Amino acid sequence: MSASEITLDEGLLDGAGDGPVLEVADLDVSFPSESGRVHAVRGLTYQVARGEVLGIVGESGSGKSVSSLAVMGLLPEQARITGSIRFQGQQLLGLSDVQLSKIRGRRISMVFQDPLSALTPVYTVGDQIAEALLIHGRGKVSKHAAANRSVELLDLVGIPNAAARAKAFPHEFSGGMRQRAVIAMAIANDPDLIIADEPTTALDVTVQAQVLEVLKTAKEVTGAGIVIITHDLGVVAGFADRLMVMYAGKAVETGHVNEVYQQPRMPYTLGLLGSLPRVDAAEKLPLVPIKGQPPSLTDLPPGCPFAPRCPMAVDDCLTEEPALSEVDSTSGHRAACIRSAELAATEAAADEIEGVDASNAAAIETAVEVFGAELVAEPKAALRPRTERPTVLGVESLVKHFSVTKGVVLKRKVGTVHAVDGVSFEVREQETLGLVGESGCGKTTTLMEILGLTRPTGGNISVLGKDVSTLDAKGRKAIRRDMQVVFQDPLASLDPRMPVGDVIAEPMQVHGFDAARINKRIPELLDLVGLRPEYADRYPNEFSGGQRQRIGIARALALEPKLLVLDEPVSALDVSIQAGVINLLDKLKAELGLSYLFVAHDLSVVRHIADRVAVMYLGKIIEIGDVDSVFGAPSHPYTQALLSAIPIPDPVKERARERIILSGDLPSPANPPSGCRFRTRCFLHATLSDSDKAKCIEVEPPRESQGEDHEVACHFARTKQVV
Amino acid sequence: MSTTVNPAAAQDAAADIVTSKPVSRGALVRRRFMRNRWALGGIVVIVLLYVVAFSYPLFSPYSYEFHDTSLTYDPPSLSHWFGTDNIGTDMFVASMRGLQKSLTIGLLVGVISTALSAVVGAAAGFFGGITDRALMWLVDLLLVLPSFLIISIASPLFKGSSWLILVVLLVAFQWMITARIVRGMTLTLKTREYVSAARFMGQSPWRTIFKHIVPNMSSLLIVDATINVGSAVLQESGLSYFGFGVQPPDVSLGTLISVGTGSALTFPWLFYAPAVLLIITLLSVAVVGDGLRDALDPTASRARRREKRKDKLA
Repeated sequence: MSASEITLDEGLLDGAGDGPVLEVADLDVSFPSESGRVHAVRGLTYQVARGEVLGIVGESGSGKSVSSLAVMGLLPEQARITGSIRFQGQQLLGLSDVQLSKIRGRRISMVFQDPLSALTPVYTVGDQIAEALLIHGRGKVSKHAAANRSVELLDLVGIPNAAARAKAFPHEFSGGMRQRAVIAMAIANDPDLIIADEPTTALDVTVQAQVLEVLKTAKEVTGAGIVIITHDLGVVAGFADRLMVMYAGKAVETGHVNEVYQQPRMPYTLGLLGSLPRVDAAEKLPLVPIKGQPPSLTDLPPGCPFAPRCPMAVDDCLTEEPALSEVDSTSGHRAACIRSAELAATEAAADEIEGVDASNAAAIETAVEVFGAELVAEPKAALRPRTERPTVLGVESLVKHFSVTKGVVLKRKVGTVHAVDGVSFEVREQETLGLVGESGCGKTTTLMEILGLTRPTGGNISVLGKDVSTLDAKGRKAIRRDMQVVFQDPLASLDPRMPVGDVIAEPMQVHGFDAARINKRIPELLDLVGLRPEYADRYPNEFSGGQRQRIGIARALALEPKLLVLDEPVSALDVSIQAGVINLLDKLKAELGLSYLFVAHDLSVVRHIADRVAVMYLGKIIEIGDVDSVFGAPSHPYTQALLSAIPIPDPVKERARERIILSGDLPSPANPPSGCRFRTRCFLHATLSDSDKAKCIEVEPPRESQGEDHEVACHFARTKQVV
Repeated sequence: MSTTVNPAAAQDAAADIVTSKPVSRGALVRRRFMRNRWALGGIVVIVLLYVVAFSYPLFSPYSYEFHDTSLTYDPPSLSHWFGTDNIGTDMFVASMRGLQKSLTIGLLVGVISTALSAVVGAAAGFFGGITDRALMWLVDLLLVLPSFLIISIASPLFKGSSWLILVVLLVAFQWMITARIVRGMTLTLKTREYVSAARFMGQSPWRTIFKHIVPNMSSLLIVDATINVGSAVLQESGLSYFGFGVQPPDVSLGTLISVGTGSALTFPWLFYAPAVLLIITLLSVAVVGDGLRDALDPTASRARRREKRKDKLA
């Protein structure tokens, strides 16, 4: 069944004129809070036309989600909303919930961030889609027709074997499939407007690419206007037509996507562009950190809300908040900055930067210049050839299996999850190894095995030359001094009940430092990670995410370790903050001579920070080597797919890219495919002759050298340029 | 380049500034609690009762062991506020003495049983495996035993010894449910990254429990202790009523009520003085517990600041 067979219901197209589908004007939303009213959205105005994709970009707390919830009428009761929201000419503000329900789901639909909580766990997916049809079908749609249509819709969003899968429950779907089911539900009634709130944030990159494709299909099928809300400038680059950048509850720049990316006229947009590490940058580019944090929305001082963080701010910026004004009278590109003309002048003078071939290179160069970002010098020891440096962490054919058991009293083993199945790598002194892969590939298990310092199911782990299986409790504690960890979630990794000074002191207390030495070290450490020593008596909840992550890094550095294990240290942070933390990690590595094991799913960050990279798939490393070889000449089909799925924050390049979309999801590690584990999703495998296919099925490919420091586990490895 | 550098933003990497110090958690909880009039009233009443129960000699010249045999069954008057009983004991003094005992026992039982359940629950949840099973088996066992019956059988054995034995008995049968809740919460807290961080830095398990796990359940424990105080007072009074609790000549609210029941219709002050005090105490404790729960729970809408409805756009 193809998309064209799904016909539009003419009756639902009534009222769809030529005017914009959605017109939001002077929207203000505020909430009561303990410290006064929070003005989450302040005077927001935008339109969305039919078939147009508007991308709303902003950091967390910029009001992007609140503004769209206001359109849906889904804000909590205590929110105060003023302004105007017109949907196809009809005023939505002031309508009762019952009246809104007639529009919601039928003519405006929403795709939420978390597909698990957007589906009811006790009904089948098919029933839930059918329900959306039946509610708005006003009795004209029979149950049978609705069920058939839900299968059609599931097929349309690319769920294989839709008729059977419609009878499955949400928990039987993977994250990507759930999000597709949610999109199917959203387009069920041929809406005129689809609001997608961070639809891909909770998903892996390969799945993100699939979901964005589905959203494109949805747009083509329904002809609806789409509002896509995201914090990722890469995601919208290839998908949105127009872009609106939000900051502190206001739109600070709007315009056609190309113009905003190529000629940003607001320093905030510029900073955001400069703060993104790029997966297509062969040379290491300096990352632009935007200092400080977004203002509190309870009592904003007069003037531009970005001024305290803006490197271009002058006294005039502090007197009055600049209005969104035309930058270029012909294209509708508007920015809220009194110095946008000067930005244009700086940009014109900027030279092309080396190492990246981007349509918006001038803008990035301007960002680097305006924000004064610079690269950290490489540490001296790194100049020694890698093979001469001692190994800090060695992992050899590490195996970790979990048994799946059934029964309560007498547990029977019914299967084995092959979480990690023969992983080998080593980290040398002053080197960063990036470990990447989709969720469920065994990265975290590998990490926990290394950190646990216990004898693994199979294989060997050696830290600083000591085999962990031979360690006793004392030796283990001694090794812990040299190996520390930084966690992903800066909220959860610091005990909320302990002041920051105590948090940092804890490892030193455990390892028997005396009080005088600890008291001396705390301010040193805070200073090292770029925080003020006075912060030692404050509690973690008084800090922003980036600052908390710095505290986590300070704690890890307290014992002067040699190896730092970083578990997705920046993935929970906003882009502008992320750049600061990455720069800090770069600086610390150079200054303290650290080695990093950097686990991440964001390949752009890995390309920026790592020296070597290992790509994992279903418990095995399928490609490992020097960053430039792996990213520049990926040879395993999975690496190629992974790289091609990463959005590049450059609309021209992004639209021109050929994307390898992987079919399906990660197979269950309880029952991995025979031979090559990737063959079930491999695009290369599909093109092979039968005898070659048999080889993939029967023989597990060994890791073979593909050049200096580049090993690939594929029978038919061939290089392909994808970024 | 013609851009002027903003001095604030150009500061070193240390420019991540915490703007306007947010309200601390303690202050926030206090503020939310103060907003709840009932709970505030409850705490005032409890404190007042406690103070009066211990300082009654200041208000009354009598002792609870003094019997004015010339004035038996005297109704409440200016000299005997709550009247006197059959042997001329001043009922005000007797009630205060009883309240003293009941409140002290209640408080001790509440605090000790909560502490016990925190330790047992956290240990079971944190260590898991055989420890968990053994402790939970004990919890289940104690839960199915009829506590009232066992205490009433056991208390005559300790006749004549201190009332502290009663505290021990009451604690022994009160900690189990909280321990189960604590165990559940420990299981979730155990997966928090700061607990893993403590483990990976080599912190010992017991220190991790007391440093990271128990403090993070403090809101639950505080609320629970309050509720336990109430139920301990009730339990104690119930046992004393039937003669298994506090033994004469010492009095508690339970024994006073028990003595007064017979004359509830003829000499009502003998019954109502201790009974009303008991009800007031329990109500106040319950209201305070409720208020604490709302104040400590950030999602509770009841404690949130109310806005006047009229300034909301319809």
